[in-house]
Order: sequence, then structure tokens, then C-alpha cells
Amino acid sequence: MANLKVNIAGVDFKNPIITASGCFGFGREYEDFYPLSKLGGISLKGTTYEERLGNPPARIAETASGILNSVGLQNPGVRHFIQEDLPYLLDKGTVIIANAAGSAIEDYRLLAEALDASAVDMIELNISCPNVKSGGLTFGASCESAAGIVREIRKATSKPLMVKLTPNVTDIASIAQAVEAEGADAVSLINTLVGMRIDIESRRPVLHQNTGGLSGPAVFPVALAMVWKVANAVKIPVVGLGGVEKWQDAIEMMLAGATGVQVGTAMFYDPYAPVKIIEGMNEWLDRNGIADVNEIIGQVRPW
Amino acid sequence: MSYIQNVYPIQSRTAIARDVFDVLVHCPELAAQSRAGQFVHIRVPGHTLRRPISICEVDRAKGTIRLVYEVRGSGTEALSNLTTGDLMDIMGPLGNGFTLLEPDAKAIVVGGGIGTPPMLETAKHYAENCTAILGFRDAAHVILDEDFDACGCDVRLATDDGSRGHHGFVTDLLRQRLAEESADIIYACGPKGMLKAVADLAAEFGVRCQVSLEERMGCGVGACLVCACKVARENGDPTYKHVCKDGPVFEAKEVIF
Ligand SMILES: Cc1cc2nc3c(=O)[nH]c(=O)nc-3n(C[C@H](O)[C@H](O)[C@H](O)COP(=O)(O)OP(=O)(O)OC[C@H]3O[C@@H](n4cnc5c(N)ncnc54)[C@H](O)[C@@H]3O)c2cc1C
Ligand SMILES: Cc1cc2nc3c(=O)[nH]c(=O)nc-3n(C[C@H](O)[C@H](O)[C@H](O)COP(=O)(O)O)c2cc1C
Ligand code: FES
Repeated sequence: MANLKVNIAGVDFKNPIITASGCFGFGREYEDFYPLSKLGGISLKGTTYEERLGNPPARIAETASGILNSVGLQNPGVRHFIQEDLPYLLDKGTVIIANAAGSAIEDYRLLAEALDASAVDMIELNISCPNVKSGGLTFGASCESAAGIVREIRKATSKPLMVKLTPNVTDIASIAQAVEAEGADAVSLINTLVGMRIDIESRRPVLHQNTGGLSGPAVFPVALAMVWKVANAVKIPVVGLGGVEKWQDAIEMMLAGATGVQVGTAMFYDPYAPVKIIEGMNEWLDRNGIADVNEIIGQVRPW
Repeated sequence: MSYIQNVYPIQSRTAIARDVFDVLVHCPELAAQSRAGQFVHIRVPGHTLRRPISICEVDRAKGTIRLVYEVRGSGTEALSNLTTGDLMDIMGPLGNGFTLLEPDAKAIVVGGGIGTPPMLETAKHYAENCTAILGFRDAAHVILDEDFDACGCDVRLATDDGSRGHHGFVTDLLRQRLAEESADIIYACGPKGMLKAVADLAAEFGVRCQVSLEERMGCGVGACLVCACKVARENGDPTYKHVCKDGPVFEAKEVIF
């Protein structure tokens, strides 16, 4: 059995596999399938300062090897989360990452203060949600605005801070550098790519929001290339996600430079995907006589 | 109750109407936990999303569940190619199911088209104390009427074109039935318009009513929040609940149609 332990932003993870935000709720639902302690960590549903109802349905559409979603950050608000959902998660033996979202700097700041005072292990700052009208993506879309929000949040919390980046930009590596410069402890990428489907009979977009975020295996090669670029541009740890469905994908992500790997959409068709990935990764390391998973991080041999 | 995901063999598969398939799956541990009105989430080869299909009947002794589905698009088409002996990747039982009263209560089940299958297990519970009002496009699309007959309930059919049973809507038959005699509960599954009309009638006659809703799904277990349906909170304010976990069955008075 190889060592699977990794350290991201000063937090120890028993293995590099983390369930992705928005795809695993607050963890309860999947406990019927396996103990949460098998997971390296859980990134929880995007949480805002106040409750949000989310977008009208339809909120999901199928695409070739992927899906579009437009949930719109439905969540009960941070106070409800801290009182009702967090206590349940604390003794589960896995790293708990709060995914923080907002539509104005002030919301983000209040949210970060509330999370700072809570027992979460880490904050994943979501400046990359394409499904809300204001805020979200717009904060992550330029170096200046990304740096600005990270600067504010950094003042509000001393928790390990991971910033989740959007792929809907021209140069994701420069945005990663901008948030690193403002004190981000890690970056995670990618959030979803903006996409659309149209019902040709009704001529209506399938999603009520017209457009949504593309995820699932279709985005994996895009995510991998971005992880590789960002890992080469920053010194802080990179967490890779986007379309990871099997252990081979997770190893590719780590070879490209990821210290941790998140799994999202794959759980919709295979709820056991994260657990199978951990097992498969471990066997591959053993087969190749690699004693420590950290040895493969960034070890791709580019031409 | 807990969720199960596994692959199970298809024991039999029959076409019961044009593009409608009746499948018996051998899945003892899943059958042991399944209740009327719950559903399963089926993995479809070549597709990212599972497809939700209601549990039509449960036979705990034989360890089977029965699924009846209509080909609507590429996913259900791919499912229709699975046949006897093939394995089906199923997750379930999902959702809350119908609230069943004592079997001697007077119940009415209303099924519209492919909304009919989930009503059968409920009708069985009430047997001769149940009126089954079933509506279809035309005679060729009528399904399961014999099954409802066999559980002893009073079956009343309607078709849009009058080719079988009453020429008109299930709500005509429901009004008639409620005028004859009151009922303790009404259960309905079918197109949204029909559900709203049934809910309105139930309110008019002061009868409790539960409706089974459909929405596009991702995870099927309540984690991804995509399957939203609009309901009223206790104070009347609207909010979104989730069909896969809070439903698919809702009290009709709670739903904002
Ligand atoms: C709780 C529940 C129980 C159901 N029970 C049955 C049943 O017993 N028998 C039956 O024939 N059908 C049932 N349906 C409807 C069935 O799920 C859809 O007809 C099916 O998903 C269509 O898939 P498709 O690939 O053929 O169609 P497409 O239109 O190609 O599907 C595209 C996407 O939209 C989704 N979708 C399309 N129509 C619906 C719908 N009406 N409800 C939910 N998702 C939809 C699909 O799942 C898929 O993700 C049920 C739906 C729900 C929510
Ligand atoms: C239904 C759904 C909801 C999501 N909600 C969030 C969210 O609240 N916060 C967030 O940062 N990302 C959210 N995401 C994005 C995922 O965390 C992830 O970045 C993306 O789906 C790519 O990974 P995947 O292909 O493995 O799913 C959501 C994705 C989906 C499919
Ligand atoms: S389908 Fe994921 S919450 Fe209902």
C-alpha cells in the first residue's frame, strides 16, 4: 500500500480524492453507499451569506459525455449551514471544505467571517459560478477583480484558502498568479464551461436560464491542459477537477501537477466513483513500485 | 431505508403497447425495501445521466420489481434494447413514495398515460376500496387496465379520442366519481396540466390529494439540487424542494403548479 497522504494548503488529506462542490450536497446522501472517511475530503455545496432559492427548472440537460447545469447556488445560507449541516460532518474523518459564493464583495466578506469562526477545515472561494446573474463568474473573469476579492477575503479569514477558478477566461494561469499574489493558499480548477442546448421542437433552450455550466468527461482534456498550465505558473498547490471519472484520469491530473483531484459529475452515474478512483490509484502506484503518491505530482514529461 | 446501486438481471421484458415496455428485474435487496410511489434511477449505456423510472410493482417474495416505460428519447430508446438476461444498472429505491392509509379507506388513483404505472402498487393496497381512473391518448395506448382490474379496483377509462372508455379527460371521470361518493384520498401521476386539474378538483371536494411529480434529474439522491419543483412554505412563501428526495410525491396543496 503506497502512501496516499497529501498536504494542501497546510491541511493533511488521507488521500488526494475530494468530492466536488455541488455534486455531493452536504455529504449525507452518499453515506448510504460508503463511509465518508474513505474520502480525502469533501467540498460542500456552494454556500452564500443569505439563503438562495436557485434558478427555476429545468436546471440540467444532457450533452455528449457531459451535462449542463444551472442550479444557481441554491443553499440555505451560511448560518443554517453552520448550525444544521456542519455539526453532522465534523466527526466523519474527512477534510471538510466550505465552498463560499456570493454576488457582492460585502456578502463574501460576511460569509468568510462566519466560516472563519466555524469548524470547517478549509474555504474554497468560488469566484467562478456561471449560473448566477451577478457576482460569481464576474469576480473570477479578470486578474484585477479576482485579486481584489481574494485580498478582501484574506483579511477576513485565517483559514486555509483555496480559490476556485473559472475556465471561461483567456488566460487562466495569469488569474492563478494574481490570486496567489494576494495570499491564496491553493487554487482549484476548473469550474464549469458555459454551454447551451436547444429543444428543436419548442425552439426553447433546454435550461430555463438559457445557458448553463458544462461538466463531465467531455471537459476532462480542457481541464487537464489548464491544470498543467496553472501548475507551471504558481508555487501554491493546485487541485484539479473537471470530468474526472476513473483512476487513470486522477493520475493524469496529478502528473500534470495537481496535488488533489476532485470528482463531481461522475458520481451521478456511478456513486462509487471517488472510492473506485482511490482504490485504482493505490493499485497503480503499487504495481509501479511507487511508494508515495507525492512522487508523481507534476511528473509529466512534456515534449 | 438506504440507497442501493448494483447491476441486476432482467427476468422478462415484453412490449405492452407501441413503444411501451414492461420489464421485470430480479433485485431482491432492492425489492425488499421498495414502496409504492418510489422510483429507481437507471444507468443508460452511452449516456451521462441515469433515467428515473417509477416502480410499478414490487414482489418481495420473488425478489422482483416491475418497471413500465415508454420510449421518449434516446435514453429510453437505449433502455428498450435491454432484454431478458441482460443486466440493468439500478440505483434505488429513491424518493418518498405515497402515504398509504389503512386498506379499508376509500382511495382514488388517477393515472394519465405513462403516469399510470406508479399507481398500480398503490391500487393493490386498497384493492376493492380503490377506484382507478386511467386516461390515455387512444385505445392503442391503453396499458395496465387488466392489472388494475386484477387487484379488484373499480377501473374507469378515458381516452382523448373516445376510442375506448369515456371520450374526454380523467378529470370528467374524477368529478363523476367524487359526486357519487366521497373519498379519503386521491393519488395522481401524469402530465402537469392533469395534476393541476386533479388538485383543483380535490380541493373543491375537500379530499386529501397526493401528486407524483417529474423533473429532470442528476444524482437522484438529493445532493445536486437540479430536480427543483416549486412549493409553498408553511407561511405561503415559495421555495424549491427536490423531486428525487423530498418527492416525487407531494401533497397537492403544497405544490405551486
Ligand atoms: C420520478 C419519475 C418517475 C418516472 N417514471 C416513469 C415511468 O415509470 N415510466 C416512464 O416511461 N417514464 C417515467 N418517467 C419519465 C422518464 O424518466 C423520462 O421519459 C425519461 O427520462 C426520458 O429520457 P429519454 O432519454 O428517453 O428522453 P430525452 O428527452 O432524450 O432525455 C433528455 C434528458 O431529459 C430527461 N427527461 C426527459 N423527460 C423527462 C421527464 N418526463 N421526467 C424526468 N426527466 C426527463 C432525461 O432523463 C434526460 O436526462 C419518470 C420520471 C420521473 C422524474
Ligand atoms: C449540479 C452541479 C452543481 C454545482 N455546484 C457548484 C457549486 O455550488 N460551487 C462550485 O464551486 N462548483 C459547483 N459545480 C461545479 C463542480 O464543482 C465542478 O467544478 C465541475 O462540475 C467540473 O467537475 P466535474 O466534471 O467532475 O463535475 C457544480 C457542478 C454541478 C454539475
Ligand atoms: S437529482 Fe440531484 S437533487 Fe434531485
